[in-house]
Amino acid sequence: MKEIKLKIAPAPFIHSPLSIPRLMYGVILCLLPALFWGIYYFKIQALYLILACVFGTLFTEFLFCKVRGKELTLKDGSALLTGILLAMVLPPYLPLWMGFLGGVVAIALGKEVFGGLGYNIFNPALVGRAFLMASFPQHLTTWKIARGGFLHYDTITQATPLAQTLPKFGGKINYPLVKLLMGTHAGCLGEVPALLLIIGGLALLVFRLADYRIPLSCISTVAFLTGIFYLKGLSPSPLFHLLSGGLLLGAFFMATDPVTTPYTPKGRWIFGIGMGVLVTSVRLFGGYPEGVMFSILVMNAFTPLINRLTKPLPLGVKK
Amino acid sequence: MRKASFPGGVHPPENKLTSHISIKEFPIPDEVVIPLQQHIGAPNQPLVKKGDRVFTGTLIGKSEKYISSPIFSSITGVVEDIGNYPHPVLKRAPAIRIRREGEDELDPVIKPPSHPEELTPEELRRIVWEKGIVGMGGAAFPTHVKLSPPPEKKIDTLIINGAECEPYLTCDERLMIERGEEIVRGVEIIVKILSPKRVIIAIEDNKPEAIEKMRKCVEGKGNFEVKELKTKYPQGGEKQLIKALLNREVPSGGLPFDVGVLVQNVGTCLAIFEAVYKGKPLYERVVTVSGQVENPGNYKVRLGTAVRKVIEWTGGWRENGDLVIFGGPMMGIAQSSLDVPVIKGTTGILFLQSEKWVEYPCVRCGRCVDVCPVRLIPTQIMKAVKFGNIELLKEYHVLDCIECGSCAYICPAQIPLVQYIKVGKEILRRKK
Repeated sequence: MKEIKLKIAPAPFIHSPLSIPRLMYGVILCLLPALFWGIYYFKIQALYLILACVFGTLFTEFLFCKVRGKELTLKDGSALLTGILLAMVLPPYLPLWMGFLGGVVAIALGKEVFGGLGYNIFNPALVGRAFLMASFPQHLTTWKIARGGFLHYDTITQATPLAQTLPKFGGKINYPLVKLLMGTHAGCLGEVPALLLIIGGLALLVFRLADYRIPLSCISTVAFLTGIFYLKGLSPSPLFHLLSGGLLLGAFFMATDPVTTPYTPKGRWIFGIGMGVLVTSVRLFGGYPEGVMFSILVMNAFTPLINRLTKPLPLGVKK
Repeated sequence: MRKASFPGGVHPPENKLTSHISIKEFPIPDEVVIPLQQHIGAPNQPLVKKGDRVFTGTLIGKSEKYISSPIFSSITGVVEDIGNYPHPVLKRAPAIRIRREGEDELDPVIKPPSHPEELTPEELRRIVWEKGIVGMGGAAFPTHVKLSPPPEKKIDTLIINGAECEPYLTCDERLMIERGEEIVRGVEIIVKILSPKRVIIAIEDNKPEAIEKMRKCVEGKGNFEVKELKTKYPQGGEKQLIKALLNREVPSGGLPFDVGVLVQNVGTCLAIFEAVYKGKPLYERVVTVSGQVENPGNYKVRLGTAVRKVIEWTGGWRENGDLVIFGGPMMGIAQSSLDVPVIKGTTGILFLQSEKWVEYPCVRCGRCVDVCPVRLIPTQIMKAVKFGNIELLKEYHVLDCIECGSCAYICPAQIPLVQYIKVGKEILRRKK
């Protein structure tokens, strides 16, 4: 009998097919429908902006790996995902260098200064967006849509549905929900097509790439709270709130970022509810039309505390 | 009816390749190496010396300590050597090597008792001890100790564990299908010793034939019932089983009798039956041989048989294998030598191909928290171990971990969480 070199390894000897790259690329796949719609609807400029953001994130990740003498981590898909998410929450006609700068900040200040993948506190893409928002407020609040061919087109300035509709801005229009579902209106590059985001979001949950608790609790909270104000005549309908702005993209794809959200099941409910309350408050009472980014960043800050407070009691352990 | 289950857990591919293969008997090996310690507890002292003739079933080692279990020769022959030999759990440990000589002959002192039905609980416990019965599900804890709970702990429910939740393993399943009647008679012996109010035979629902067979076997026995469990790992963990069937939680650091329960594996019940009714000491057991071998199956093996022989008898290794595992793929132990012997707690021998995992930093996704059947936070325990933080280790209850491996199985960063947890437990033990 031939002798075989035996290997020693610790149990378990089998592993689920899940891995970090699979997780990251899986999320990217779920984002593709909405991403493609963004490119189609906002034309070639959207593609350029995506490339600028992704180039910013990958380049910065590359630099940090080199400076630290670490192995290159570009292949794990995390920086790519950050770049794509960043582009999706930016106005499509933003100057490209701003997109690139956003990508640099997202990775540098959002992720690498904390120690890289797994150590950051705030969602990197949103850190990038918050930076741009603070630096170039004018550009970040100018919304346009395109008319014409894919390569040659004219842009027209248009207010977002939220800005047109919210009572605090004097809006009274009953916004057609079909337009929201289809995504034929002004808004961030990847936030407009509600239907495609729902499809991608559900795929995310079905393939267990994200936990259902945060999207579910966040969306239900917004629906419930805006429902109350709607009945009092102080708010557009809950459906309008769910389908407009960055809620769907935020709830499904950003508030489910594993690194910056709670790891306990109970904590995820709290995160989602907290986020829902904040989003509703900003939309109905704040100075901005939209509050998804702030809500997620604020809840990110609470995540370590939520984790501590929701530590489950182990089996058989009494208080 | 809703199938009983526990919260958490994972569902790895079942790979029960040998479910439908009847138990076959292996030939008697030319040589066996019988470790003095095959159980949890005090090691045995050898009762034989080099050159002694022994029969099959001859007592060759015992200990005066209560938490221990005697060992027996598994073949007829001559004691060749007493020394250190490879051991599947302890790496190397004292063992008795016996060379086969002459016909296989049962030790003449082994006689079935004349009136087994009339034995008192005390006498039955004594037999279980003297015949070397231990938990056959893998833990190998001496059964007579388990059958003697402190008098203030009343056992109201006896759970017979036929869950067999580890992938690949099918020896318990085959035993239930082929020897269900004897298993039930073994259970009745335990009932006589402890007089519980209820007896639950618990089997995962991926073993319909075993469930049907056991249902037939307990027909007309009032307080016996067979319960289906959802197929999920680690459904057969003692504490998970109790949670699933009775919704009772064994206190942290406690034992099942703290909640009035005793759990016994089906194989153990069969061994108890054979010890009491046939006087048979524990010198052979059924082992699932599976994975990359030509003829996987469930084999009755004499204890002390080397893995090398097992490979030979099962037609050799198909190419590419490099892992020999004693037990299941979730909790088993990888072996470094083909000379390790089968011992009392060997449920399976798996020949697998090792896979290369790429470890990433933890992304705090919480999947380990979702699947932990004990509701621990494995990722935080890992951090506590990395920092050597004893307070944090205690705060995150590292000692409550049952090392089922669900967290390491599911972890997308492929972090060997069980390894960290084992280190964490060791840190705490040393501090005490």
